[in-house]
Amino acid sequence: MRINPIRRSLVAVLAAACLKPFAALAATWNKDGFGAKTAADALKALGAGNPLPSKDVLIEAPQIAENGAVVPIEITSNVPGTTSIAVLIDKNPFPLVGKFDFTAGALPFVKLNAKMGETSEVRVIAEAGGRHYVATQEIKVTIGGCGG
Amino acid sequence: MAAGPMKMRATLNGGVTDVRVLMTHPMETGQRKDPDGKLVPLHFIQNVTVKLNGRTVVESQISQGISRNPVFTFRLKGGAKGDRIEVSWIDNHGETNQTETAVA
Repeated sequence: MRINPIRRSLVAVLAAACLKPFAALAATWNKDGFGAKTAADALKALGAGNPLPSKDVLIEAPQIAENGAVVPIEITSNVPGTTSIAVLIDKNPFPLVGKFDFTAGALPFVKLNAKMGETSEVRVIAEAGGRHYVATQEIKVTIGGCGG
Repeated sequence: MAAGPMKMRATLNGGVTDVRVLMTHPMETGQRKDPDGKLVPLHFIQNVTVKLNGRTVVESQISQGISRNPVFTFRLKGGAKGDRIEVSWIDNHGETNQTETAVA
């Protein structure tokens, strides 16, 4: 069969156009960060290898979580110009739990429910002006939430 | 379990809009075993997007470490009664869901 070069290139263009949205979606999920098995590796993947401790990053969470399957964690960053917040639970199999990017319409705040396998430090990284700031809090877990 | 319903509430409190959203999702860690002892495959929401009147204001990337049937609260600057809030998610299987509400 003769291959029509015009049709061929048209097919290629269409295929590229169809694939692009999916590529764009996939790119917004930090595979290296979420796949990291230590908090240090996850921080590296986030480009936040050496964050500065800050009292302006606030974590509101129970000191003792009765149920590790649902641990409420509320985060506020008072660092001026905060553009993102990341949450890591050091002792979880995959420490990075979430990363939240805020534009001008949103406040640097998030409340979420996380799973915790065992008692662990919870680490919150706020990014502002290309710098990273960190706050930590230990949460004790009496019943783990990652097993089954 | 397939994607279930979402619930959302957006309320204006002193110049700040609180957006509280619940998503129905198993958030399987890939480490849990079913009653037959077989591992339940990894199945979790990866991205959550919040839009205010069609403009993206929060873009989230999350892991299987978020609890089952995730609940998030976000806070938006200003906003007015009747403003449109949309929240959508996509999981690692490409399943998606979205909901919208007006600020009350």
